[in-house]
Amino acid sequence: MSEARDQILDGVRRALKRQAGDDVRKASVDGRISQHRRNLVPKRALLDHGAQIGLFVDMAEKAAATTARVAHYADIPDAVIDYLKRFNLPHKIKLAPDPALTGLSWTARPLLKIETGIAAPGDSASVTPAFAGIAETGTLMLLSGPTAPTTLNFLPENHIVVLTESRVVGPFEDAWDRARTAQRDGAWPRTVNFITGPSRSADIEQQLQMGAHGPRRLHIILVAEDGDGQGKG
Amino acid sequence: MQATSRNFKKNVHAAINDATLQRAMTKLGFQAARAAAVSRLPEFDKLRDQARDIKNHVLENLDLYLERYEAEMTRRGGQLHWCRTADEARAAVLEICRRLDAKIVTKGKSMVGEEIGINEFLEANGIAPVETDLGEYIIQLRHEPPSHIIAPAVHLTKDQVADAFLENHRQYGKTRRLEEAADLLAEAREILREKFIAADVGITGANFLIAETGSSVIVTNEGNGDLTQNLTKAHIVLATPEKLVPTLEDATTILRLLARSATGQEMSVYTTFSTGPRRGEDLDGPGEYHVILVDNGRTALLGTEFQDILRCIRCAACINHCPVYNTIGGHAYGWVYPGPIGSVLTPALIGIDEAGDLPNASTLCGRCESVCPMRIPLPKMLRHWREKEFEKGLAPKPFRTGLKLWAWFAKRPRLYHFGSRMAMKLLGILGRGRGSFRHLPLARGWTGGRDMPAPEGPTFQSLWAAERKSGRT
Repeated sequence: MSEARDQILDGVRRALKRQAGDDVRKASVDGRISQHRRNLVPKRALLDHGAQIGLFVDMAEKAAATTARVAHYADIPDAVIDYLKRFNLPHKIKLAPDPALTGLSWTARPLLKIETGIAAPGDSASVTPAFAGIAETGTLMLLSGPTAPTTLNFLPENHIVVLTESRVVGPFEDAWDRARTAQRDGAWPRTVNFITGPSRSADIEQQLQMGAHGPRRLHIILVAEDGDGQGKG
Repeated sequence: MQATSRNFKKNVHAAINDATLQRAMTKLGFQAARAAAVSRLPEFDKLRDQARDIKNHVLENLDLYLERYEAEMTRRGGQLHWCRTADEARAAVLEICRRLDAKIVTKGKSMVGEEIGINEFLEANGIAPVETDLGEYIIQLRHEPPSHIIAPAVHLTKDQVADAFLENHRQYGKTRRLEEAADLLAEAREILREKFIAADVGITGANFLIAETGSSVIVTNEGNGDLTQNLTKAHIVLATPEKLVPTLEDATTILRLLARSATGQEMSVYTTFSTGPRRGEDLDGPGEYHVILVDNGRTALLGTEFQDILRCIRCAACINHCPVYNTIGGHAYGWVYPGPIGSVLTPALIGIDEAGDLPNASTLCGRCESVCPMRIPLPKMLRHWREKEFEKGLAPKPFRTGLKLWAWFAKRPRLYHFGSRMAMKLLGILGRGRGSFRHLPLARGWTGGRDMPAPEGPTFQSLWAAERKSGRT
């Protein structure tokens, strides 16, 4: 295979009339990557933080997500139950093993069945934390990790996402900066998911149908209190 | 995939006379959706300039970006497989599947997968590939190739989908013929769920490769690509070298164009950045992460008049806005990529002698270039192919003789003008009665669908000369 590698790279250099081992050109490419400068950022989301939260909610709902706003972390269990009741769903959730979520007083709701861990085929609803919300397009940013398994974002029919308001940013570029800061020693999560509304397909006669393979519904609980204890970057 | 581009003219006749296809093609709503999305983003055209510049920069330094990408992705536990040809790519995939004793392989949508015929190859080797994008699943059941690069089953009606499901889903105990799109989707969802769980290996494509982080990126609306990669022992990515971008910011700039140009969405529902296999403490994710980097003729386009085509991000805007595509659908083009992008890319990848008719399947109206988010000069490249086809003597004989005759006259302006004046006068006299011609000798194909108006008055050249003489210009 290394023969293929050399042949492809040699071919590229020949076609571009470039020399191997060109340190000046390499320094400029490495510099461009390490600076990761922003290109043009659309004005739409360059707003004060309050307006960014408003834009986030507006754009997420336009993408067919539903939203709810609560004041405190302690209000989340009730907000989850409200949602399950609204859509007449089984009172059963699969919780991401995130201490900020597992530490809530779920046991005060005896009718709600809680499990923690990765998604299983029968799960009807999951609750997961969001790393950021991007106002520009109403997009959630979820990072995989030991406390945030990715299957919870895709397998259950209902995906409930908890987003602290301080985690709402304007454009995508702000979210990337926070993600870079939050990772130690140049580590990077296996999966970064940008999620904009629930799963859909228009593959049959261009008719839009919700819930193709991923969740049929996406519900976002925005929490005003800054209490999830994760690094903000 | 076996090409039938040689039969283009026959394919077109069949497509135009296929009533079911024509009914399916009237429902395309992509143009209006794109226009609305573009109008909501005032910076759209400036972003197109920047996106073009980003890709140009990468292509001009592709060797270095490939090396940097390789270093970053392997540092994070990924395995990169360099493949010159479709053969090498298929062998690399098979080797991984065999080592993991894979029986079922789920697949997200991948045009490179179509290009290298990975499904047929896996089947021939006793492994069952299952397409999971709804459109791809439908056409896999029907044993046909995609007709569009983002809407593979766009040539089908709901009834045809219902028939395919009824025939193929009996084995799962589904014996009722479904009428509604929602029910068809629900049934596919239920069946494919089992496949996701049972699969050993998941294969996806890649919209981008990112040098900064060594990540591959997929964009879907269904979430099938994510279930494909997260529920299996290994995630295999089929990618090509020109998918590289330097940084997350650069990918972001192009993502702002991609969904808007494709479906008119602000963002597709799922944009996923995958970097290496699951980490030590992760609870899920694939145990292995492989990228099959297949060239298949692309880097040979660097430094040629076709280099710009390597900027393509496969959004399908050119296809959606092409009057020819909208008339004949995608299958007539006879290979993986239809529409204007296909007419440029297909001759480049499988040869102009196989696909010489495709660059002629254009009126050069320019709509493709006007909507291309990466500002690829598609009409110019179609003309390049036409020149090459002519140089190689591949164009049909009457066409070449006619063109040579025309060129002989065109090099002799006086004779040319005299001749055209005479011809126009003659046509004018002959056509005076009806004002148009139903049939013209040597132009039966053209007059088959419309009448040729009879010329009126003097030619443009003589009007021009008269204007100049009278000093008004």
